[in-house]
Amino acid sequence: MSQKPSIEPSERNPGILRARGEWTLQHAAEMLALVESAPTRAEDIDGRDITRLDSAGAMMLSRYAVKTGLGLSTVEVRPEFQTLTATVRDLCEAPPRRRRKDYGVREMLARMGFAVDDITREVLALIGFLGLTLKTGLGVLLRPARFRLTPTVHHMEQVGLDAVPLVLLLSFMVGAVIAFLGASVLRDFGAEIFVVELVGIAFLREFAVLLTAILLAGRTASAFTAQIGAMQSGEEIDAIRTLGLDPIELLVLPRLVALLVMLPLLTFLAMIAGIAGGLAVSVASLGFTPEMFLTRLHETIGIRHFWVGLSKAPIFATVIALIGCLEGFQVQGTAQSVGERTTSSVVQTISLVILIDAFAAMFFMEMDW
Amino acid sequence: MSGEPELAIRVRGLRNSFGSQVVHDQLDLDVRRGEILGVVGGSGTGKSVLMRAILGLRPPQAGSIEVLGVDALSWRARESRLIERNTGVLFQGGALFSSLTVAENVAVPLKEHYPELPADMIQDLAMLKIRMAGLPEDAGAKLPSQLSGGMRKRAGIARALALDPALLFLDEPTAGLDPVGAAAFDELIRTLQRALGLTVFLITHDLDTLYAICDRVAVLADRRVLINAPLAEVERFDHPWVQEYFHGPRGRAAQAAKAQEA
Repeated sequence: MSQKPSIEPSERNPGILRARGEWTLQHAAEMLALVESAPTRAEDIDGRDITRLDSAGAMMLSRYAVKTGLGLSTVEVRPEFQTLTATVRDLCEAPPRRRRKDYGVREMLARMGFAVDDITREVLALIGFLGLTLKTGLGVLLRPARFRLTPTVHHMEQVGLDAVPLVLLLSFMVGAVIAFLGASVLRDFGAEIFVVELVGIAFLREFAVLLTAILLAGRTASAFTAQIGAMQSGEEIDAIRTLGLDPIELLVLPRLVALLVMLPLLTFLAMIAGIAGGLAVSVASLGFTPEMFLTRLHETIGIRHFWVGLSKAPIFATVIALIGCLEGFQVQGTAQSVGERTTSSVVQTISLVILIDAFAAMFFMEMDW
Repeated sequence: MSGEPELAIRVRGLRNSFGSQVVHDQLDLDVRRGEILGVVGGSGTGKSVLMRAILGLRPPQAGSIEVLGVDALSWRARESRLIERNTGVLFQGGALFSSLTVAENVAVPLKEHYPELPADMIQDLAMLKIRMAGLPEDAGAKLPSQLSGGMRKRAGIARALALDPALLFLDEPTAGLDPVGAAAFDELIRTLQRALGLTVFLITHDLDTLYAICDRVAVLADRRVLINAPLAEVERFDHPWVQEYFHGPRGRAAQAAKAQEA
């Protein structure tokens, strides 16, 4: 008793092909082979001996029939399979759309296009969001009673105070590393004393604020995105709007103000910690005394370096707060979206912080500050 | 496979409990081949639990379950494989894999159960199922998140049908759809059931669905199947919940709609 699908010319009339057996998904390989070897011409196909038929079988039968120049409509099957073949015929024998091969070039170009489009959109959204926040901020300045002090202080604690140990530790370590690096090069020239300038200027102008900003980008921007994103996916933001409240005033301003206050303070701490790291290394391995280090620092490094470094802190604070919040608002529904937006907010913030820092360095150099 | 059993699903003496809370006790249920069985019951009567038990997702505390003549509670791989290949499930939320496109979702069971099939045939089969489920062709390349709720359910049906199962389980297929979409979905289930000769186990709250497409209705209450019979008989059944359900305002509206149609 053969159950495998088969199709053979009938004995009486070789032009008529008789299909037999079970045309089901289980016998897909046999059916494929049958279709492969289908003749290009046949008068008729008789499917009444097909004992089982499922949609995969009907599809293969349809292909076979099309290959022989007939169609599934000419194949006669048992009555219980007729609805199935009719359905499959309608779906399969519509002229198939050609799939084009393009070896991924098209795909690559399309993705590039989408990426560029995405970036443009993000930049425009960020500028728009900056404007919106400034407008709301000015409105609150005019009516200070609307300012939410309690959440602001709460965010200050989360953003600033809680980050102090980490900022101190990292800055101290980086300060020490810079002192080591500088010392090993400067020693060849007998100019170890310049380690003081190296560490001092590096930290006051660049590293303190940059390290702090990058740290907060990872720590705070992601937290802002996740907080606001979770609210967005729970429709809390919509609820805020329908209650006549302004989500920017309620959610963004406290976070922005908290960062604007805390980032400069953290930067100041980072400067101290970094210089302390340099001092520790100088004392431990270069044979300086702390007094020597501090006197040299005091004599050679102008206060302008400090102001140059600190002046960047509010800009970075704005970037971190705005991108963190904006990405949160752009979350759409799912948990996956929250994850994607959080990643995106950290990446954008860090890139933008470094980019702005590079331009600022050039600017300050040109200005000779 | 001659002499196939008359019953697609046969449940006897089923007992399910969560801790001290007994959901089912001495529950019997028969689902005949080729019928659409509507399973109704109040919230918490264990409709989904019953489905999960039949699918082997949740081992019951006692009782026997036969699916297509095979012992569903058997631990043997061959038997559970046979049941897996012959059952398709549409979960309430669609349960599509969110990181795969619709076409890839439909192709997953095909690749898993028939690794020997060439890629283009899997692709074509997936496309066939997607169109059978009433989705446009370009839906195949989309991610589930890009589809509307109704389309997601259709994609879920397409995946459930991937292996040409004999048995289709639907968990509240019309929940969350607008009335027009729900009616279209009922129509789709009916059409597919006829074309593919499916046996359908349909959990629903939707009276319109019951009246539109179900051959028989099983009522779950008091931890067991109260009655499993054609609608006309179930409507007359004397039990407070059944009476409330079918003769409350919503039940009457659905009956009226059905009568108008006829």
